[in-house]
Amino acid sequence: MPVLWIVLIVLALGGVGYMLGRRRAMASADGDVRHLHSLPTYYGSNVALLTIAPALLFMGLWLLMQPILIERQIIGLIPESAIAEGSSRSLVMSDVRRVAEGLDTAVAQGAMTPDQADSIRTEFTDVRERLGRVGVALGSNVRPEVLRAAQHYRGLQARYSAIMTVLVLAVAVVGFGYSYLQTTKDFRARNVVETGIKSLLILASTIAILTTVGIILSMLFETRNFFSQYSWTNFFFGTTWSPSFSGRGGASQLGILPLLWGTLYISVVALLVAVPIGLFAAIYMSEYAGPKMRAIAKPLIEILAGIPTIVYGLFALITVGPMLRDYFAQPLGLGESSASVMTAGVVMGIMLIPFVSSLSDDIINAVPQSMRDGSLGLGATKSETIRQVVIPAALPGVVGAILLAASRAIGETMIVVLGAGAAARISLNPFEAMTTVTVKIVSQLTGDTDFASPETLVAFALGLTLFVITLGLNVLALYIVRKYREQYE
Amino acid sequence: MNDMRIVEREVETKAVKISARNCQVYYGETHAIKDVNIDIEDKTVTAFIGPSGCGKSTFLRCLNRMNDTIDVARVEGEILLDGEDIYDPKVDPVQLRAKVGMVFQKPNPFPKTIYDNVAYGPRIHGLAGNKADLDVIVEKSLRRGAIWDEVKDRLDAPGTGLSGGQQQRLCIARAVATEPEVLLMDEPCSALDPIATAQVEELIDELREQYSVVIVTHSMQQAARVSQKTAFFHLGNLVEFGETGQIFTNPQDPRTESYITGRIG
Repeated sequence: MPVLWIVLIVLALGGVGYMLGRRRAMASADGDVRHLHSLPTYYGSNVALLTIAPALLFMGLWLLMQPILIERQIIGLIPESAIAEGSSRSLVMSDVRRVAEGLDTAVAQGAMTPDQADSIRTEFTDVRERLGRVGVALGSNVRPEVLRAAQHYRGLQARYSAIMTVLVLAVAVVGFGYSYLQTTKDFRARNVVETGIKSLLILASTIAILTTVGIILSMLFETRNFFSQYSWTNFFFGTTWSPSFSGRGGASQLGILPLLWGTLYISVVALLVAVPIGLFAAIYMSEYAGPKMRAIAKPLIEILAGIPTIVYGLFALITVGPMLRDYFAQPLGLGESSASVMTAGVVMGIMLIPFVSSLSDDIINAVPQSMRDGSLGLGATKSETIRQVVIPAALPGVVGAILLAASRAIGETMIVVLGAGAAARISLNPFEAMTTVTVKIVSQLTGDTDFASPETLVAFALGLTLFVITLGLNVLALYIVRKYREQYE
Repeated sequence: MNDMRIVEREVETKAVKISARNCQVYYGETHAIKDVNIDIEDKTVTAFIGPSGCGKSTFLRCLNRMNDTIDVARVEGEILLDGEDIYDPKVDPVQLRAKVGMVFQKPNPFPKTIYDNVAYGPRIHGLAGNKADLDVIVEKSLRRGAIWDEVKDRLDAPGTGLSGGQQQRLCIARAVATEPEVLLMDEPCSALDPIATAQVEELIDELREQYSVVIVTHSMQQAARVSQKTAFFHLGNLVEFGETGQIFTNPQDPRTESYITGRIG
């Protein structure tokens, strides 16, 4: 039975449970709500919740486990001889999956009966040709072992799905029955429902946290693989970045320093653009602008935040880059390239303006009016008040905003690809092309990649390094904001 | 109780510091202050009393143009400081506020050190030629704010770390550091406990020797204790203004009598 149907059935059962639970509660109180411990909806919700939540949770877990279980059984069916030279068991496994899906498609389109799908043999039928006719293109002729494994795969899948359907519906019915029988007028349905809702909320946040942990772990494992093939001193202290592409021989030099230098240089330029403009805009918005001006200007600034970074990249490529080259780099004799640190930095700075301005605006608005009154009451002018009282009071928050903007700048990719080029280089000249960590991660993982070579795995080490840096910045930002927050509370 | 002796308080006539003529204040459509005429004397404590929302704080904020910071507020009529109209276009509200200091209801020390809090005004107005001068001004102001002994060893500590009463006296010290001629106080004791209140009241009495002090208060006892003149506001009108002793013992207007005896308000 398809998963969608199971979900619908469980939900319908929950809906029925809600009505019946409610009715039973009312009946047990002789129709008088005041005799119930909780409101009737809580009794209904209790039944619905106990019917739906455990069943769907169980199904989710099952669906996560099923492919792993099936694969473990199938993998034993593939004999050592079926694995070709230079291939691996997991490659054969993906062939198996592909053939199995092809058979499914063929059955679904009516090109084969289910019986045929289970019984065809490579010895009598050209499976590749028949599957090709229903639109499933296979790379090579299907070997008998693979076909047999695929047929077995389909069989297992069908069996597991049937078991799952039965078990999920059983869980739902048991939950329904248990909670329905629980329902009497003294049953504390409200407390149970509140606990249930709390557990669901906890589950949601746990999933978010576990995902983060999962991301870090996967990065960690791949990074460890990388460092088992490449020395960490060369990675962290190497000043040359020149990966040789696999197969073409020659050792790669994978030093992170040129990339980090590019990242930091471009981020610093971006912040030099974004922080003054963003901060001044925020000060104008919160301290000087009238309500009308504010209502118009604030959304306009925030539109900047909605522009996709690739569009900023185009802007850098066709407008800012050539302009900087023609008016600054060439006259000053600093370079001939339109892709430069300056280009990427300036455009990235523009991208960060709304980020800095809208966070700072909120923070400046949070400075109590009594501070401003106190200063104005002493005969300070508006700008003196802002400079000496409002900004110092808002400073921790503003610093936090700047650090958050910095961690965005460090993680930015698109603008750098189009604006700063892809040449890894350590240079002080801001009109030279440089590149960043993120760009190199992309270029190492694009195209044909071999996940066993250090040239590919280095992307994970780079990613992890970047992650540690931005995490550090975020932690620092939070620390600063927290430490100084109580100052004016 | 002090209240019992207020009748015997000596009263002398002094020069008029601030006078308001036909003063009206509007908040958008609301007519918050209606036709107020008052003469506030120099070297005198004048108390504004009245029920909540009667306009006493609003009127107080007119006296140093703090209402300018509120967009919808509009002031009409004349308010003269030493004979000059403070709402004249030629007057710079910034200079006016240096002459007419203000202490607010809630202590609002800046998130700076105690020293910098007090030195803020003198620095802005360039009152001190050098660091030594500034030190003298800060010490003098803190002494006048009756808080010097408590903070002299920790001038570098943040002003926000003090207790509520200390913060309020710090704010008073900060206000007197700019050498104002008039000190406006908007319910300066409402956030304080009785002991801190007593300290601040004592301070107000001392400040009278040099400044004209105007204090808004909800506590009639406080008005009776610290002021020489009392003005009673009701629904935006100045109902009665006179010697404190006379207002509290022999009010002329029935509304004043109802208020001080606790029948309205």
